[in-house]
Amino acid sequence: MLRDMLQQEPSPRRETVACWIEEKLDTDPLIHFENVGLRYGMGPEILRDLTFDIPKKSFQFLTGPSGAGKTTLLRLLFLSLQPTRGLIRMFDRNISTIPRDEFPMLRRRVGIVFQDFRLLDHLTTYENVALPLRVRGKDESSYRSDVLELLGWVGLGERINVLPPVLSGGEKQRAAIARALIDRPEILLADEPTGNVDPPMARRLLNLFLELNRLGTAVVIATHDLSLMDQVEARRMILSQGRLDIYE
Amino acid sequence: MSEAPASNRTGQAAPQERKAAMRVRPTAPIVPPANVSGNALVLVIAIMAFLACLTLGAVSMVRSTAQSWESQISREITIQIKPDEKLDMEKALADARDLALTFEGTTNGTIVDKAATARLLEPWLGAGLDLDDLPVPRLVIITIDEQNPPDFAAMRTMLTETIPQAYLDDHRTWVDRLVAMAHTTALIGTGILVLVFSAMVLTVIFATRGTLSGNRHIVEVLHFVGAEAGFVASEFQKHFLKISLKGAGAGGLLAAACFAIASFWQSRSLATPQSDQTTAMFGSFSIGFTGYLGIAAIMIVIALLTTLTARFTVMRTIYEIDLIRSDPARIDGNQT
Repeated sequence: MLRDMLQQEPSPRRETVACWIEEKLDTDPLIHFENVGLRYGMGPEILRDLTFDIPKKSFQFLTGPSGAGKTTLLRLLFLSLQPTRGLIRMFDRNISTIPRDEFPMLRRRVGIVFQDFRLLDHLTTYENVALPLRVRGKDESSYRSDVLELLGWVGLGERINVLPPVLSGGEKQRAAIARALIDRPEILLADEPTGNVDPPMARRLLNLFLELNRLGTAVVIATHDLSLMDQVEARRMILSQGRLDIYE
Repeated sequence: MSEAPASNRTGQAAPQERKAAMRVRPTAPIVPPANVSGNALVLVIAIMAFLACLTLGAVSMVRSTAQSWESQISREITIQIKPDEKLDMEKALADARDLALTFEGTTNGTIVDKAATARLLEPWLGAGLDLDDLPVPRLVIITIDEQNPPDFAAMRTMLTETIPQAYLDDHRTWVDRLVAMAHTTALIGTGILVLVFSAMVLTVIFATRGTLSGNRHIVEVLHFVGAEAGFVASEFQKHFLKISLKGAGAGGLLAAACFAIASFWQSRSLATPQSDQTTAMFGSFSIGFTGYLGIAAIMIVIALLTTLTARFTVMRTIYEIDLIRSDPARIDGNQT
C-alpha cells in the first residue's frame, strides 16, 4: 500500500515522501496482531486477545506448556488459519481482505518448518529443498548451486540424493529447515525445530537460525526446550491458557 | 547464503568423493510416477475403456445389421399369382411382370421359375416335387428403387383388374415389423451403451479421486510452500493424463484388435457354415471407419475425463484447505 503511494505521489514532494515511506517500511512490523482470538466451533477460545508485533529482523521464541496453542498461533502466522476475531496485518496488509488467490504470494514470503517435517517421500533431499523454487517456476539450473550450498550449510551435503525415509530424524529436521530457508523468506516460523535432535545438533540448528537472523530474516521458534532458549538472549513470547506474555 | 559456514563432514570429504556426492539425479516429477493405486487406476481405466469400446462396436454392428435387414426387405415387392384352371400361368406371370415394370420406381422383374419354386417348397413338401400336380401359387419378384418407390395402391388395382388371381405383396407388414424390431434392437443397444458409458464415467471419476486421496499430503505441501492452485492442478493433470492415456490406449486398442481379428476371420471364412451361422446371428463383425473413430473418441473422452477429474479434485482439495483456514472448527481441536 505504501509502495503504491510512493509510486503515485507527484514529483515535487516525492523525495521527502519517499524518505518517510521508506523509513516507515523499515520500522513497520512484518506481522501485527491486534486483539486476536480463535476458537474451534462453539468451544472455548484457544487464543485470547493476542496483541503483538513481529518486527523485521527480530528473533523470538514462542513457548508455553503443551496444549497452550503454540501450533495454532503458528498456523495463524502462516495463514493456515483465520482468527475468529481481531485483526492480523501481514506485510502491511489486512489478511481478512486479501483474496484467496493472493495467499500463495504471501506464503512465499514466509518460511515454515513443520513439526512433522512434511517432506515428500518420493523426492530426494535435494528435490525436497528445491521444491519452493520449483513451484515458483524457476529453472533447475538457476537454483542448483544455491540448493547444494544450503544443503552443505545444514550438513546434508552428502545426503542430497537420499530419500526422506532413509534420513534420520535430525537429518529430516535439517532438510525441512533448508526447504523453509531456500527462497530467503522474510520471516521463518519453526515448530519445535529441535524436537528430534540431540543437544549438539540442537545447538547447531540454533546457530543456523541465528546466522539466518543475522542475514536479515525474522525468526519465530516455537519450542518448550528451556535449555535451547537459555542459550540465546532473545525475546520470549509465552503462551499460557490462551494468553500471551512477552518478555523482551 | 555465501556467508554460510561449510559443514565439517563436507569439508573433510575428499574432492573426488565430494564431486560424486554433488551429482544430482535427474529431477523427479512432483507427483510420484508410479505407485500401487496408480497402477490399479491404469487397469481400471483399461478395463472400462475396453468394455465401452466393445459395447460401442457391438451397438454399431447391431445398428448396421438392422439397417441391412430393413433395406433388403424393402428393396423388393412380390406378386403372387394363384393357380386357376382357366389361367395360363406362364402368360399371367409375364403379364404381371411387364405390368409392374411399367410403373415408375421399379427397376427389375424376375419370375421365380418352377425349379426355384420347388426349392422354396422343399422343406415342407420334400424333394422331387412336380408343381403341375399341385395348385401352388407362383411368384414374380420386382426390385424397386428405395428412394423413389412406385405407387403400390395403383399397381395393386391395375394388377387385380388385369389378372384377378394376382396379389401384390409390398412386404409392408414384414418391413414394419422388421423396422420396429431393428429400432428396438438399436434402442436396447444404445441403452446398454449409455449404461456402460455412465458406469465408465463414474468408475473413472471415483478411481481417480481414490488415487488422488492418497496424494493429498503432496497437495498440502505444495500449497504450503507457496504453489498456486493452478500449478498444483497442472502437475496432477499431467500425471493423470499419462495414466489415462496408458489405460484408455490399452483398452481401446485391445477392443479394436478384437474387432479387426473377428472381421479378418469372417472375411477369410466366407461361405463356410461357421461363418454363415455367425453372420446370420451377429451380422458382420466389421465396424468400419466410424467404429474405429468411435473407439478413438472413447479413448480421448476417458483421457479428458480423468484429467478434468484430477484437476477438479485437486482444486477442491485446495479449496477445502482454505475452508479450514476460514473455519477452524473444521479441523481437529487438538492441534494446539
